[in-house]
Amino acid sequence: MTPVERQIGDVLLDASGISLGFGAVRALQDVSVEVREGEILAIIGPNGAGKTSLLNVINGIYKPQSGHIRFRGRERRRYKPAEVAREGIARTFQNVALFKGMTTLDNIMTGRNMQVRSGLLAQALYWGPALKNELAHRLAVERVIDFLEIQSIRKTPVGRLPYGLQKRVELGRALAAEPKLLLLDEPMAGMNVEEKEDMSRFILDVNDEFGTTIVLIEHDMGVVMDISDRVVVLDYGIKIADGTPDVVRADRDVIEAYLGVSH
Amino acid sequence: MAAIGPDVDSSLDTFPKLLLAHAERRGDRIAMREKDLGIWQCWTWRDYRDAAAALAGGLAAAGFERGDKVAIIGDNRPELYVAIAAVQGLGGVPVPLYQDSVADEMRFIVDHAEVRFAVVEDQEQVDKMLAVIDDCPHLQLVVAEDMRGMRHYRDGRLRSYSGVVDDGRRFAAGNPGFFEAEIARGSPDDVAIICYTSGTTGRPKGVMLSHQSLLATSRNANAHDRLTATEEAIAYMPLAWIGDHIFSYGQALTAGFAINCPESSATVMHDLREIGPSYFFAPPRIWETILTSVMVRMEDAAAIKRWMFKRFMAVAQRVGERKLAGRPVGFLDGLLYGLGEVLVYGPLKDSLGFGRIRVAYTAGEAIGPEIFSFYRSLGVNIKQIYGMTEASALVCGQADDRVRADTVGQPMPEVELRIADGGEVQFRGPGVFMGYYKDAHATAEALTEDGWLRSGDVGLIDSDGQLKIVDRARDVGKLVSGSLFAPKYVENKLKFSPYIREAVAHGHNRRFVAAFINIDLEAVGSWAERRNLAYTSYTDLAGRPEVYDLIEGEIARANRELAQEPQLAASQIHRFLILHKELDPDDEELTRTRKVRRRFVAEKYADLIAALYGGAASVAVEAKVQFEDGRTGTIKAELPIRDVAVAQSVALAKAG
Repeated sequence: MTPVERQIGDVLLDASGISLGFGAVRALQDVSVEVREGEILAIIGPNGAGKTSLLNVINGIYKPQSGHIRFRGRERRRYKPAEVAREGIARTFQNVALFKGMTTLDNIMTGRNMQVRSGLLAQALYWGPALKNELAHRLAVERVIDFLEIQSIRKTPVGRLPYGLQKRVELGRALAAEPKLLLLDEPMAGMNVEEKEDMSRFILDVNDEFGTTIVLIEHDMGVVMDISDRVVVLDYGIKIADGTPDVVRADRDVIEAYLGVSH
Repeated sequence: MAAIGPDVDSSLDTFPKLLLAHAERRGDRIAMREKDLGIWQCWTWRDYRDAAAALAGGLAAAGFERGDKVAIIGDNRPELYVAIAAVQGLGGVPVPLYQDSVADEMRFIVDHAEVRFAVVEDQEQVDKMLAVIDDCPHLQLVVAEDMRGMRHYRDGRLRSYSGVVDDGRRFAAGNPGFFEAEIARGSPDDVAIICYTSGTTGRPKGVMLSHQSLLATSRNANAHDRLTATEEAIAYMPLAWIGDHIFSYGQALTAGFAINCPESSATVMHDLREIGPSYFFAPPRIWETILTSVMVRMEDAAAIKRWMFKRFMAVAQRVGERKLAGRPVGFLDGLLYGLGEVLVYGPLKDSLGFGRIRVAYTAGEAIGPEIFSFYRSLGVNIKQIYGMTEASALVCGQADDRVRADTVGQPMPEVELRIADGGEVQFRGPGVFMGYYKDAHATAEALTEDGWLRSGDVGLIDSDGQLKIVDRARDVGKLVSGSLFAPKYVENKLKFSPYIREAVAHGHNRRFVAAFINIDLEAVGSWAERRNLAYTSYTDLAGRPEVYDLIEGEIARANRELAQEPQLAASQIHRFLILHKELDPDDEELTRTRKVRRRFVAEKYADLIAALYGGAASVAVEAKVQFEDGRTGTIKAELPIRDVAVAQSVALAKAG
């Protein structure tokens, strides 16, 4: 994780014409989104607008019925979360999905899974390259712990942590994978003002220090308008706006969608 | 061990000279450790010197001149101790500031001290410096140790620590021997540091202390407790506090022991356990917090453990303190205590990080006698010390065999002490300050005509020859009846209760004493949980009738204790209320060292005081509070007021 000058670059991820349905429910209809390298992109929209579905398509949990995903210039053929993760996409979940009985350290360590190269036997014997790897991974994890200022809970089982800190640990696990693209599903849900400010600062710092591209879903409009470079608005599975926070804020369709004017 | 250290060499008359000597004579020994990335990273004395030389070179390259003042702001980081040494080496004066001060407080000090450079820890401090830099004409460069989050800062007056150090290495390559030559020009009479006292009244004042004063005080303190180069200490108290400067810099450099910087302020207790210091300071508040956490944990422990803890603590109470003072104990008691050490005291001390403590101090406030004797009975050699910034922190200390909770000991070597008319404690000695920076008037007021330093404390010498502090002289008042009213003495009696975190007693020119109470959220919260008492916030919990009952009981206990002391029996608390918010330094109700700013509180809560003396059963409050993010809001609450039973005084009982 070497520091990178902040700049918005070329298209990192291109999702075009994505349609996804579950039976009669049409979650996404012909949605196209470009994510540019180094930017913070927010996806907003009313409940059930298809935000999480879009995130799930991007990280390979759902295979869309039609449409294409190109990531780092390569067309995606198979929708397998593990493969997508190896390509450099990490995420956090709307409902914290950590191993509750494991410590903060161990949870974040699982984020390094992708980078573990040695075989099971060598790891079990803690020998040769496995030992060297383990030390390198621990260092990477410690950097994340330092970065997120969670040293004091390093050895605490995450089930005992308050919700806001669990969210932070989850972000830590995603960061430990050293992703190119980080997907955050409502990173600030259920947080108080102070926790939201901390989380906003961490998101900005991640983007700033490591040049990580970030796509986030968030309901707090204040936060969204503050930290995003660009905002995409979904409503009933259709993209209704895409632009800078100022443009989106003034968009008539967006205002209607949020105020619930009849369709 | 001390004999082979550089300390015996009297030509080493400034701290940078000592640093050079350590680096030359025992350069591979550990000077500092810092927990970083989960590992204790070590700095040898040679690393310490090299880092100081490099930073000094960088500052010199940036135009540093002898006598320049440098603000040092941040948590206890090796780089900041290095900065103190580098600045002193260049003949400048470090001015450490409390890292949790807000920008306005810093503006005054940075401007008043004519600070030219600031060496700070991180973005939080940089933001404050950049907020005040335009109002402080002398400040020209801010050096930040951790540049995180500041990639887009374009202010040319901000530089990274590593960048300045790189400049310094180049500078040193072009000017060999520069740092050593600058250090050689230093004199023991130079100002070594300016510590701004937080002050419970008025503007902070800059206390100038010379190398000579700090060295003499450090060496005398080392001798007093026979501290050597083998000690391990934890550096976790604020850098701006003279105590930390003496413990972590003065004594560490004179005795040559290692200091350990915790990973973050939230990990201190954990890091303490890993290090197991042999020399440790904590204010009463921390000793109390640790004890409370032990008690809370014991209540949740298995029945057998609780039983063992109870039985062996009873043995410890009977035997431990005598044993620690070196007095004989009975054979059976000795045996039982030995067994207790194996089964209970040892493991407990180890889990707290107190397994290796030889000398521990408490100071600043009175400590509860039960708390004090708890640690001593376990075999933790906790002792009282007394001092003030203007006297290089240390004036009195207790000898190992004469330790008591209610005194602060005898004068340190070379210190003379007297009790003036009116009861004020005054002293004279090598540690006395050079004066307040740019404030001759205040300096003159702090000294008597015959040159003794006024402490501002009322005290007395007890039959054992030890000093006993009663209260701040200007706070001592009288009730309408003419009886003595010493607010702090009363408050301390209250604060000895684990459930009371802070108390403010009123009574001067009143018919009786009344008090504001801040409950201890952790202790009362856990008490409430055990009773299935649900609460949402401090304000909610504080207003519960059950909590009022609890506190009333605690105050009645304090009243019974006060009744035992003829002079203070009239100071028993008749009425009290529990404040709706915790007193907070950010609201200016406490100083940064968490002392109550009595006058400010009295003014701010004048209507509450009126209600206490007005006889009402409750009072409505609507208070403005400033949240951490800078916004303001209001808290509304209806505070109940309670009367408390007053115990009959011993003296009155006899008379009746």
